[in-house]
Amino acid sequence: MTYLTKLSAAALSELLVSKQVSAVEATRAHLDHITAVDTDLHAFLHVAADAALNTAAAIDARRAAGERLNPLAGVPIAIKDVLATQDMPTTAGSKILEGWVPPYDATVVARLRAAGLIPLGKTNMDEFAMGSSTEHSAYGVTRNPWDRDRIPGGSGGGSAAAVASFQAPLALGSDTGGSIRQPAAVTGSVGVKPTYGGVSRYGAIALASSLDQVGPVSRTVYDAALLHDVIGGHDPLDSTSLTDSWPSMAAAAQAGLKDGALKGVRVGVIKELSGDGFQAGVTQRFTETLALLVAAGAEITEVSAPNFEYAVAAYYLILPAEASSNLARFDSVRFGIRVNPETGSLTSEHVMSATREAGFGAEVKRRIILGTYALSAGYYDAYYGSAQKVRTLIQRDFAAAFSQVDVLVSPSAPTTAFKFGEKLADPMAMYINDVTTIPANLAGVPGMSIPIGLAPEDGLPVGLQIMAPAKADARLYTVGAAIEQLLEARWGHTMLSQAPALTPTEMFASEEGAV
Amino acid sequence: MSEITAEQVAHLAYLARIDLSPLEITDLTHDLGQIVDSIAKVSEVATADTPATSHPMPLTNVFRDDIVVPSLTVEQALSGAPDRAGDKFRVPAILDEE
Repeated sequence: MTYLTKLSAAALSELLVSKQVSAVEATRAHLDHITAVDTDLHAFLHVAADAALNTAAAIDARRAAGERLNPLAGVPIAIKDVLATQDMPTTAGSKILEGWVPPYDATVVARLRAAGLIPLGKTNMDEFAMGSSTEHSAYGVTRNPWDRDRIPGGSGGGSAAAVASFQAPLALGSDTGGSIRQPAAVTGSVGVKPTYGGVSRYGAIALASSLDQVGPVSRTVYDAALLHDVIGGHDPLDSTSLTDSWPSMAAAAQAGLKDGALKGVRVGVIKELSGDGFQAGVTQRFTETLALLVAAGAEITEVSAPNFEYAVAAYYLILPAEASSNLARFDSVRFGIRVNPETGSLTSEHVMSATREAGFGAEVKRRIILGTYALSAGYYDAYYGSAQKVRTLIQRDFAAAFSQVDVLVSPSAPTTAFKFGEKLADPMAMYINDVTTIPANLAGVPGMSIPIGLAPEDGLPVGLQIMAPAKADARLYTVGAAIEQLLEARWGHTMLSQAPALTPTEMFASEEGAV
Repeated sequence: MSEITAEQVAHLAYLARIDLSPLEITDLTHDLGQIVDSIAKVSEVATADTPATSHPMPLTNVFRDDIVVPSLTVEQALSGAPDRAGDKFRVPAILDEE
């Protein structure tokens, strides 16, 4: 049954709907694969094997009884540990929430369950989603399936590694400054940050409320679209949720597979997101993809976004400011651990301070202190106030660009996956890594990362970022699916079929000719 | 270089309610100085006539009908608490004895 783990969610769904495969078989295949490979990769913080099999059996019973179910019913999914799940621990990668089982489900999780998807477990992440490498998880790193000595991206390294290593066909992520798109890029998978407000944030443990957005993680553009359709749409429990009605993202992705889907599409290349600081192999694959777009009839224009230069700086003021406020809720009273101080009196204030000292990791402390500084009297206008103005300027850059083109493209990340420890000692080196992805969060526009090849110098995946105007998420799926199809036709295979086989599955992979 | 001092970091840690160790304060003073130097450039382009944006998709007056809907039970609300007393969260003393 190992072949079941190699299927896309769409292909698995067909087998489930036609009853050629049961949800229990599909779930067991993925659980077996997790057992075989995840001790090494560590994509999961928690695997809910029994609950997953029980849920799958219930789906099989309903399907056998002739009930009309969502096509994705019975398809397994991994859930980033930032999302509240009432039957699984939810830690956001932090010691301060070790063992916490929330009394409610995040809206996106409730929607997955209602559609009959099978939650397999919770995936690893940088603590409170602060990081680009998953090295800041309190529970140890996740390894990149392409090279075990390298990072899987972050903060959603666990979700990306889980789909890239075939432990789940789908996963949920959250993207505050690139935490879905950058892990997708460095693991050769697909990730989408929807328009701000397009997917509910209710039950997503807040990092920076004006930037956070939940979105799909998958191996194909179409699979991401199917998942987007399940989780998206208005949620009255999230006051920033948009009340718009949304077109089918799955239909949009299918439209991209038609002949001539890219003909006349105006594609803007952002001048400021190229050149210096971009790895040669990343630039090479990006340039080749542009040539492919031209050959398919797209019109390429270079556009300038002069204020993007200030995006990282603005982001590292706005994010810490919002995070320092959001994380004040970890006060050792309502949830999480409580640690008493070794000296001094046992007052609420001292207990809270001792708990936060013990429960937060170094990066979380760094950002809380930075945010507290940015919001302090005397510095507020110069830092936080200026950052908010930069946000306006970046929105204007996007508006100007989208008056000329339909979508914007850039490499998803400046480099391929870097090695563990390479950027840990220098926070700014880690922060600058998100230069490509941060502008979309500041402006609220949707962005997608799809794999476009391997960098010749290191054989590691390169991602293409596609961005569309706010609320035009469907356009990403059409263009993304079209490019994915062109690339796969040229390669003669999918990107992830080229990933090195993980030791315990080597024999199966060679049998299937997947390597 | 920015003017971040160890005393300043210690004060920020107090405001943020985190008991930092002396070593952490030293490290953070260094890190914060470096980070603030890098991000201070936002003031280069933030002119007086540029409006601030706090939210990417501006929404105003998000109302809902004033009707009672199910919420957490007391047991659910207390399920994650490190300490409780009956139906309440138990907290350490609010006031210091000194």
